[in-house]
Amino acid sequence: MTDQLMSQYATAETRSIHTTSDARGRLKRRYRSEANFKALGVAALATAILFLVVLLSSIVWKGIPAFVYNFASLPLDVAGVDRTDLAKANYDGIVKAAIRAQFPELTSRGDTRLVASLMSSGAPTVLRDQVQDDPAGLDRAGAYSLPISDFADLYLKGQISSSTTSTIAATATVRVDGDKVTLTFPAGALATVLAADAVPANAATPPRQLLATDLSLLVYVGDVVVKADGLTTTTVSGAAILGDATKLPASVNAVRLRSLVVPEASRKFSDKEIVWTDALVERGYVRTGFNWIFATKGASREAEMAGILGAVIGSALTLIVTLALAFPVGVAAAIYLEEFAPRNRWTTFIEVNINNLAAVPSIVFGLLGLAVFLNFFGFERSAPYVGGFVLALMTLPTIIIASRVALRSVPPSIREGALGIGASRLQAVFHHVLPLAMPGILTGAIIGMARALGETAPLLMIGMVAFVVDLPNGFASAATVLPVQIYMWADFPEPAFEQRTSAGILVLLVFLVAMNLTAIILRRRFERRW
Amino acid sequence: MTLGLIALLAFAAAAAILFVVGMQRANALAGAQISSLHSTPVYHGSFLAIVSLFPAFLLGLVWAAVSEPLADFVVVRGLGTDFDALAEPDRNTLLRFARAVAAGTADATSEIQQRAADLFQRIDQISTWGIAAILAVLILGGLVFGWRAIAPAYRARHVVERTVMALLIAASAVAIVTTLGIVLSLIFESIRFFEKVPFFQFLFGTHWSPQSAFEGAGAETSARNGEVFGAIPVFTGTLLITAIAIFVAAPIGLMSAIYLSEYATPRVRSIAKPLLEVLAGIPTVVYGFFAALTVAPLFRQFGSNIGLDVSSESALAAGLIMGVMIIPFVSSLSDDVINAVPQSLRDGSAGLGATKSETIQKVIIPAALPGIVSALMLAISRAIGETMIVVMAAGLAANLTANPLDAVTTVTVQIVTLLVGDQEFDSAKTLAAFALGLVLFCVTLVLNIVALQVIRKYREQYD
Amino acid sequence: MTTQTSLAQTVDPRPLTRSKLVGDRVCVFYGAKQALFDVHLEIEENRVTSLIGPSGCGKSTFLRALNRMNDTIENCRVTGEIRLDGEDIYDRNIDVVELRARVGMVFQKPNPFPKSIYENVAYGPKIHGLARSKADLDEIVTSSIRRAGLWEEVKDRLQEPGTGLSGGQQQRLCIARAIATKPEVLLMDEPCSALDPIATAIIEELIDELRENFTIVIVTHSMQQAARVSQKTAFFHLGKLIEEGATGDIFTNPVNKQTQDYITGRIG
Repeated sequence: MTDQLMSQYATAETRSIHTTSDARGRLKRRYRSEANFKALGVAALATAILFLVVLLSSIVWKGIPAFVYNFASLPLDVAGVDRTDLAKANYDGIVKAAIRAQFPELTSRGDTRLVASLMSSGAPTVLRDQVQDDPAGLDRAGAYSLPISDFADLYLKGQISSSTTSTIAATATVRVDGDKVTLTFPAGALATVLAADAVPANAATPPRQLLATDLSLLVYVGDVVVKADGLTTTTVSGAAILGDATKLPASVNAVRLRSLVVPEASRKFSDKEIVWTDALVERGYVRTGFNWIFATKGASREAEMAGILGAVIGSALTLIVTLALAFPVGVAAAIYLEEFAPRNRWTTFIEVNINNLAAVPSIVFGLLGLAVFLNFFGFERSAPYVGGFVLALMTLPTIIIASRVALRSVPPSIREGALGIGASRLQAVFHHVLPLAMPGILTGAIIGMARALGETAPLLMIGMVAFVVDLPNGFASAATVLPVQIYMWADFPEPAFEQRTSAGILVLLVFLVAMNLTAIILRRRFERRW
Repeated sequence: MTLGLIALLAFAAAAAILFVVGMQRANALAGAQISSLHSTPVYHGSFLAIVSLFPAFLLGLVWAAVSEPLADFVVVRGLGTDFDALAEPDRNTLLRFARAVAAGTADATSEIQQRAADLFQRIDQISTWGIAAILAVLILGGLVFGWRAIAPAYRARHVVERTVMALLIAASAVAIVTTLGIVLSLIFESIRFFEKVPFFQFLFGTHWSPQSAFEGAGAETSARNGEVFGAIPVFTGTLLITAIAIFVAAPIGLMSAIYLSEYATPRVRSIAKPLLEVLAGIPTVVYGFFAALTVAPLFRQFGSNIGLDVSSESALAAGLIMGVMIIPFVSSLSDDVINAVPQSLRDGSAGLGATKSETIQKVIIPAALPGIVSALMLAISRAIGETMIVVMAAGLAANLTANPLDAVTTVTVQIVTLLVGDQEFDSAKTLAAFALGLVLFCVTLVLNIVALQVIRKYREQYD
Repeated sequence: MTTQTSLAQTVDPRPLTRSKLVGDRVCVFYGAKQALFDVHLEIEENRVTSLIGPSGCGKSTFLRALNRMNDTIENCRVTGEIRLDGEDIYDRNIDVVELRARVGMVFQKPNPFPKSIYENVAYGPKIHGLARSKADLDEIVTSSIRRAGLWEEVKDRLQEPGTGLSGGQQQRLCIARAIATKPEVLLMDEPCSALDPIATAIIEELIDELRENFTIVIVTHSMQQAARVSQKTAFFHLGKLIEEGATGDIFTNPVNKQTQDYITGRIG
């Protein structure tokens, strides 16, 4: 065909029903629904990943602060400590005296008790331990740093209430009447720093009473802090909660007003406690440091004394038992089923059985453990070895299935080669096939262990919810595990426990990530394509 | 336990010694002509260890399992009618206490306790000596037999291999034993429960409040308990939360799988797939914490803002988070089945001028439907059996409602609350947990078996 | 070899038809590997063109390039031009969905969708919106199945799954499915390679009938088949178009030595 003919035909009218304007219009609509469908897919994937991001970031956000804590190294009066018997001293009294000594102006019983509560109730125990570890510190100022209370700690981490502080530049007159301090400002000065609706409109309106349920206003005058309870157009009045008001001059410059966003009635940390805590910080006694209590202690009813180590040890003990049982049995079962078992009804039954066992809800394994291990065999409740048994039964199918896949991926030529030089079938498997399949088997085992580490429900059934203060010291001693610890902490209402829970989750996730990374590296490093 | 550990270590040490002894004997017999041995010295060593210790080891295991029940049996026989006169809970207390007395950790407070304790002590003495003697005979006998058997022509390897094979078979039977253990323990405890509460009243009753259960025997108690152990509200609660979870997970999981397998570039796939796997790897207790402390309050807050009364333990919050948990489950299973659809069908559809979404909607999904349905069945089974999310985020009160904003309870929540912290295993309350467990096991088993069967058939179709 | 009684030589009243599809300097690459080298081939309207050559010679690659099925393969790149009615199908403005509706394809292995026979055939008309009513659709489905020569065998079981048919029936179902979309060109990739001789004969007859309305390109392994059904034959070897021409000429009087070797069985 010549080019001339070509061009002649090229201009010929196309007759296809697929190129009419109708068809083109339909096509446009079809492409729109194509785009919509694809967008739906992206949206689904994005939603799933968004959930992950929100979940993890909320936990990291809440959990990270729990890894640091505020400790106070107050000057201690240790004259009463008997150097020959350090355990006996009245450390509780020493701690209380130390904190009260910081605020000599407080005289009422309520105030002295409240100020003492700024230190953790576990502080005396911590002090005793530190003194025993380092008796020389008794003669050194600030040698021992003790945990402050959980609420004081939360306050210092900015999680009780935020506040705004502003300075009134005008000169104010001070009138002290018993406990009550009244500051009078020039007209209009208050309105410059407080919200317009906070200050009464004019002198005629009665003074505004500041209740615990609304605005919390603190007035800083020199060394004195006044908690405002009345407000007029030009005056602020209230009781001094820090410092000696009688020593105030008649007129002052630069008064600072601080208003807290959360009203006093809505928080569990009063204005007084806030001011006192600030004072301790200003005096340089408080320092923020790694929360070693969380890292080294067992369970406690006090958030600040609660640690994760007990649960970590419990998890480790449980997993050791799980691994010691599930790994050899699982690999052995996989070897038999994959390499030796004849194809008959019995082995099919075993296979179906294993697949179903892998899908049985974990809590059913807990019921099994309760009925068989605890009730029938009479094993101890809360013991890591029983937990290990239960988790081993639960992990077994996972390990068997993973091991079979790994064994199957070793090509038959390896077996034939070994058999060909006179090895027995068992020798062929144990000397040649198993070593080649080992990376795959280990990967499966680690993933199974990671799942066992995160498992909670079956362990609740066999009593691993015990409240265990001491660190577990053996396979039979009462213990709890990480996820169960998290579950128990999540039940405590204190906000500090919420932090501990998140921190506990972070610890658990770190272990899980480490295990899974090991599995991935193992797979990458030893993966073989035949 | 520590005693068991010591025994195990002793066994291991003995095995090591015997192994070395056997090896040396084989070497000595072979002399310079090592090739005259049928089996290598290693096998002779293993053989000696096996014949000496294996029977003893088996006996030890059996003894560890049966000694306590056996002792109980003998003591009960010895006490005779005095024991029969006691009520069921008292019997167990007596036995437990008598053991403590016999072990010297408690003092007897009654004559029958002292008698039982004496019996325990006697049995303990007799059986300990007896078993030790039998073990010694077994070990020595094995040793002598093994020692004599070792000879250059002896096929030690066969014995060793047969033993290993037996162990392999035993290991693969563990799965069966586990299933058997689950089924038997659930059934036995459930039968005891149904002695106290009529079966049909349990399955079809609409009132669940185990706290008000009666203890004791007799028709009256049974009738009364029948009224408070009606599990329908528990079942409907489970279904409600499961339905919400599937409602969340099915579209998101399925669409994600479709996007990943049909649209995504390899780069996107290599990032998104592991992320979804991370979602699957997060322990359920973490989801529970998130549901209870973040999502549920958020819903409650949101509800009160728009004037809805949302329970702080709403089925919605628990269901939503459970849905998120099973998204990766649905997506990875769907991914598998979608990838199993042969490329030729995609080509066939594309060759007719179908767009990608038309191919997916009209060819791939219908072709993969059996697989997708069974994936959803597995997901449902997973959701029904999921425990921690609902324990932490769903309620305890068994409300018969379909309102997702109300609090409902589930089978797993009830199992946990009925059993945790309760040490009395004979009350209708604790036994009810096993009956619920039996229902849970049966339902999930049926779902799993059917789903796995369908998936297998489906795969065979395209293989 | 030359004694084949060819359908092709007996019927062809029209002296010269126009070129429906023109491949011009077509090269195809899979990654770095080149699979086709500068192929120039014209496909004439209402004729059957067969592409022959040994395995891996590029004939299927060329066929798949004609309706851009190669787009679905990663790393596949096509250069040169392929013109359908004078328009380059690799042009940016060309819509691949529309293209494939106009250039239909039947595959080597019968690939009916796992749906009913009716749904299989109705699929194309449905997605392209060719039927205005159910009656319309019924009409398209029946006539397509009739033209594919399958009607008598399946008329009573249109609602049964298409996968339940025999191999030859499945392939005719796939042909019915393809022609129901009313394409202008029909590409067939070794449509009989999975079929027995009787089914093959039926399909070959069918191809000849379909020539009335469609331009057909067929890839085949069997030279007899090429001789029986096609009017034009192109011989590919090692990614190059060695020789093309009227089927009769190629088989009786090949110009190229390689073509001669192939049709006499010396390479292949």
